Amino acid sequence: MPAQIIETNSAPFNQIDVDPVTLDIMENALRNARIEMDATLVRTAMSPGIREQGDAFPLIADREGKMVVGQFGSFIDGFLRSYPGTIEEGDMIFLSDPYSCDGAVSHNNDWLVLLPVYRGGRLVAWTAMFGHQSDIGGKVAGSIPIDSKSVFEEGVRIPPVKIYQKGVYNEEMIKVVMHQSRKPDWCAADLNALIASCRVAARRVDEMCGRFGEDEFASATDLLLARNHRAMKHLIETSIGEEPVDFTDYICDDGVGFGPYKITCKMWREDGKVILDFAGTDPQAPSSINFFLNENMFKMFFGIYMIMVFDPQILFNDGFYDLVDVRIPEGSLLKPIYPAALAGRTHALGRIFDILGGLLGQRAPEFLNGAGFSSSPHLMYSGFDKSGEWFQLFQIGFGGIPGRPFGDGPDGHSLWPGFTNVPNEFLEKYFPMRIERYEAKPDSGGAGSFRGGNGIHMTYCFLEPGTIAIHDDRWFTYPWGVNGGEPGERATKILERTDGSREVVANKKDGIEVKEGDLLHFITWGGGGWGNPLERDPDLVALEIRQGLVTVKGALEYGVVIAEDGTVDTAATEKLRAEMAAAVVESDSPFNFGPDIDTLRTNCLEETGLPAPIQPGSVAA
Amino acid sequence: MGYRLGVDVGGTFTDLLLIDETSGQTFRDKVPSTPNDPSQAVINGARGLCERQAITSSEIDLFLHGTTVATNAVLEKKIARVGLVVTEGHRHIMQIARSLVPGGLAAWIIWPKPEPMAPLECTIEAPERMDAKGETVRELDKDVMRARLEKLKSEENIEALTICLMNSYVSGAHEQAVAEICAEVFPDIPVSMSSDILPEMQEYERALTTVANSAVRPTVARYIGNLERELVDWGTTAKLNLLRSDGGLMSAEKSSNAPVNLLMSGPAGGVAGAVWVAKNAGIGNVLTLDMGGTSTDVALIENGSARLQRETSVGDLNVRASSIDVKTVGAGGGSIAFVPELTKALRVGPESAGAVPGPVAYDKGGELPTVTDANVVLGYLPESLLGGSFKLDREGAQKAVQTIADALGIGLMEAAAGIVDIVNENMFGALRLVSVQQGYDPRDFALMGFGGAGPLHANAMGKLMNSWPVIIPPSPGVLCAYGDATTRQRVETQRSFNEQVQNTNDADLSVYLDSLGAQVKAELEAEGVEPEAIELLYDVDMRYAGQAFEIPLSVTPDSLSIANIISRFDTEHERLFTFNLDETPHEIVNVRAVALGKASDVAPPQLAKGDGDPGQAKLRDHQLFMDGKIQDAVIYERAKLDAGDIVPGPAIVTEMDSTTLVHSGCEALVDDNGNLMINRAASNPEGAN
Repeated sequence: MPAQIIETNSAPFNQIDVDPVTLDIMENALRNARIEMDATLVRTAMSPGIREQGDAFPLIADREGKMVVGQFGSFIDGFLRSYPGTIEEGDMIFLSDPYSCDGAVSHNNDWLVLLPVYRGGRLVAWTAMFGHQSDIGGKVAGSIPIDSKSVFEEGVRIPPVKIYQKGVYNEEMIKVVMHQSRKPDWCAADLNALIASCRVAARRVDEMCGRFGEDEFASATDLLLARNHRAMKHLIETSIGEEPVDFTDYICDDGVGFGPYKITCKMWREDGKVILDFAGTDPQAPSSINFFLNENMFKMFFGIYMIMVFDPQILFNDGFYDLVDVRIPEGSLLKPIYPAALAGRTHALGRIFDILGGLLGQRAPEFLNGAGFSSSPHLMYSGFDKSGEWFQLFQIGFGGIPGRPFGDGPDGHSLWPGFTNVPNEFLEKYFPMRIERYEAKPDSGGAGSFRGGNGIHMTYCFLEPGTIAIHDDRWFTYPWGVNGGEPGERATKILERTDGSREVVANKKDGIEVKEGDLLHFITWGGGGWGNPLERDPDLVALEIRQGLVTVKGALEYGVVIAEDGTVDTAATEKLRAEMAAAVVESDSPFNFGPDIDTLRTNCLEETGLPAPIQPGSVAA
Repeated sequence: MGYRLGVDVGGTFTDLLLIDETSGQTFRDKVPSTPNDPSQAVINGARGLCERQAITSSEIDLFLHGTTVATNAVLEKKIARVGLVVTEGHRHIMQIARSLVPGGLAAWIIWPKPEPMAPLECTIEAPERMDAKGETVRELDKDVMRARLEKLKSEENIEALTICLMNSYVSGAHEQAVAEICAEVFPDIPVSMSSDILPEMQEYERALTTVANSAVRPTVARYIGNLERELVDWGTTAKLNLLRSDGGLMSAEKSSNAPVNLLMSGPAGGVAGAVWVAKNAGIGNVLTLDMGGTSTDVALIENGSARLQRETSVGDLNVRASSIDVKTVGAGGGSIAFVPELTKALRVGPESAGAVPGPVAYDKGGELPTVTDANVVLGYLPESLLGGSFKLDREGAQKAVQTIADALGIGLMEAAAGIVDIVNENMFGALRLVSVQQGYDPRDFALMGFGGAGPLHANAMGKLMNSWPVIIPPSPGVLCAYGDATTRQRVETQRSFNEQVQNTNDADLSVYLDSLGAQVKAELEAEGVEPEAIELLYDVDMRYAGQAFEIPLSVTPDSLSIANIISRFDTEHERLFTFNLDETPHEIVNVRAVALGKASDVAPPQLAKGDGDPGQAKLRDHQLFMDGKIQDAVIYERAKLDAGDIVPGPAIVTEMDSTTLVHSGCEALVDDNGNLMINRAASNPEGAN
């Protein structure tokens, strides 16, 4: 049953002609209100995941719930369709359970606040924001157990409830929620921050309605959505063919021994619509790597990628949704059946973007980028320090941006919007650790005429005994290169104990005990290369060796031979490049995935130090 | 009491303003800038001005100076090659930065990879380690450090050196030890330590800010050195002060060592001047358009004060130093127009002909058509500038603009109008950044045009933005110098306090504040400010423990009450963010003391009341090209206009340092202080304002 919206004023909004200048001003004011939401959040939140890294996403939607500005939004519709209650002035909705909002949020850690904005008794807009909570209880610190078998192991689950009902705060309910967390102080501050952000945006919307008129505001949001619809319609017609293209990529493993998991998507245009069909995607996993993908959310991802790849000038919002049809098979990795575990969904979420890139660029290799999404590597570290105080860190790492059609990929940067690293000095002040190394890993970016960005080699020295958890991907399959570019290096994690032993640790593992003085080398993936590496300027390769971004050995990938004095050995380079050029096998595919899955499996232990994952479905989980 | 001399160096002109501190009387001049050694124009201009007014050099007490030397070095990438010493294991600190890709989801697809300001090949590692409490984990290995510095010296030709080590915000001891070795290995190049420049947590921001300081330091130090030498030669004992990005003044010595605080010095002068004019004109909300030869700066003044920010941005560079929130675009009178072969589109700037060779019309060797040349062709700039001492080459300008017309296959006038339209559009974009995109409606603001070219373009910008009236202050070309001369000396110091309120008390905090106050007061006294003229201000930054954001609250040490600070914090927090955290303790993060010198009481000039008819100021009839056709216009001499006169457009109002264009359909009212207030004319079909 859909939500019932109560309005005390039943007058319809009048359609008004909004002049282009006013429309521009309103668009900018909305965009600015959105930026203000971000600012409010990071200023008042307390968990490092939000205040330092920006793991939170705002939106402002029209009265029907269509996102006008924002990103990672487009979920109000899903909520409205499945919420059985009423929405009234003074209400504010709070939720975190993916299964009771059609995947509006995709794991329990993401707390979502929704605020209907009323004016004169009528609903004029929605503001909403969700943010990742560092701990919501459950079986492990950080609340993202990789091996959980159902959502019931993944911390407190909040169905859509009214945190405010007609303006009255539900303090008792919040007490119950906070009581589940290992870090109630962070959760309380972060929840307040989410609420404050929504209120700030609501205030701006109210001011805009006052300044321009409610009818004008309603008409302007319609016009902004229509503007996007027009632009995307044109873009779809000119960029998406009727002949289907498909693309397949993998999640390396599920943390309980199985992998890789296939995600496959076919795309074509039919009657002016784009069809995106995930038929052929592997069934859901027995662990928490499932990603409950809301169809509208995927439409939004698709739209943003289309715009970024083909025409970055187009304004982005939800206006184009009826031009896209997304089909996800029930019971698959992307639409798991309740109560399948969901906490570790970040890997599939990241992979979705590599798949989009691979789909959209296939027909237009000049727009194609290499692969870059490992996922979003996590490190969790928790324990009691010498004074008996509980400490708990949740940190997101970054790797290499892939080579692009116009240049190299940046080293050690984030593919996620708005994310920043945690300053190492902040880590050292507030957590018992020292960061002994924080550098780009040379040669980890795929070779190409435009090099993939290098991953990061970060070395933690733990100063208190505690428990760590590592969640990463792209350790088994390669971040692929394109148009002649080589794949980037895979991710790896090495523990160096104080007794001198060294051990490769799995990329998805909870509950690793560490002692004071243990070192963890947390090495992330490199981006895929773009274009023929033999076409890269040899002097640039030599310079990057001096910069510590490429090694003398790595230069050979570019066919560049370095003399003892560090300069390019021109004769040897020409000779090597000629030999390498002759050995290149022509391929119809613009992609270079590295070895096939069977070969990866065969060589896995030797190359990665870890046993190969078992084919999902081959034995009972 | 003697004189204050305000001098502002722009890319094209150097503006001078002399103020008699007793009478408030002002004298001004404008001379071409000397980009190779900007101090030449400063000194020669100052000498010329004083000689003409029969003022001796010893009568000048204060020499107040805004300069774009540091800014231009960054914008034109004429920066020093900076060597960087970082803690071992952190060599790629500038390469990785904060890992942030600006923009929304998938913006990485279109974001170009930036190059670090300190080249990676010039970045070396110091074998040392300090922890977050400022205690040594590993002592600096001096021999290895020396060897690495020697190697850097033999391989790379660096011109400045930066040291930024982990946790040096707590203790600069290791940086100091490295600096000592640097001084031995590199005796001739300046060394900047991050613990000096920005003793704040966050290694990347501290490194970047310190690298930026190093990058401009040789240029700025050379410049200030030259200036001081020439001032001594001239025989003045005036204290040299430079205008900082935040609108305060600082001493020459500080400026040489910490030039990162000067990055927005030039634009700050203009905004400070605009604040002064707007205050006198009784207008609170103003958008400023400071258009010079090379670039245009825009800012927003709300209720009489310019918006300040905790960072300074120049081009793509973003450092942690306070500044007035100014946006700059590479659009100025000297911006060069061109038609790329491939697209056949008309482009204007950001390349500029600058002061040398300058626009073709200046007849100083320039051959490429500029915005100024287009203005000459259209008839907006009459033949003589600067009160007749400077003749324009109209034929040359026509010839140059004709190349654009030919490339586009259109007429000469259309090409000239196109150049002006495009440069206006570029400035329109910048004005939107500070207004619409900050949630301000430009229709609630007046627009003030100044700088050499601002008055020529301001009326057009007012039409585009719908910001009225368009204000052209008297002597708009030297408004920056007004700002330099009317603002105050400022010394600021900030220290970390980092105590939760339950662990401190009123007396301790008060004592701490007093010691900071005494420090800044002494510094200002050392700069020659009389003790009784010094105003002391104190701030504490408070937050809920665990938050990343602090709210600054002003306090007075005498009547200090932490309880009172907390209650004000809660009120402010609730106003800003709609909630308070009752369970969370309050933390005092930083404390700050600011010492301000005496403000100059410069009164605005008062014009005689006229009869509303500007006839007495008419120089001659004129023709210009506007709205697609040649139109009759009148040229007026600004100095002869009286208060209350109304100048109907199209018209040109000339004065020594600037030319104002009044569009057809608009009219300019002369106010009591001599400002031109341009509004839409009552007869305009779009209506008066």
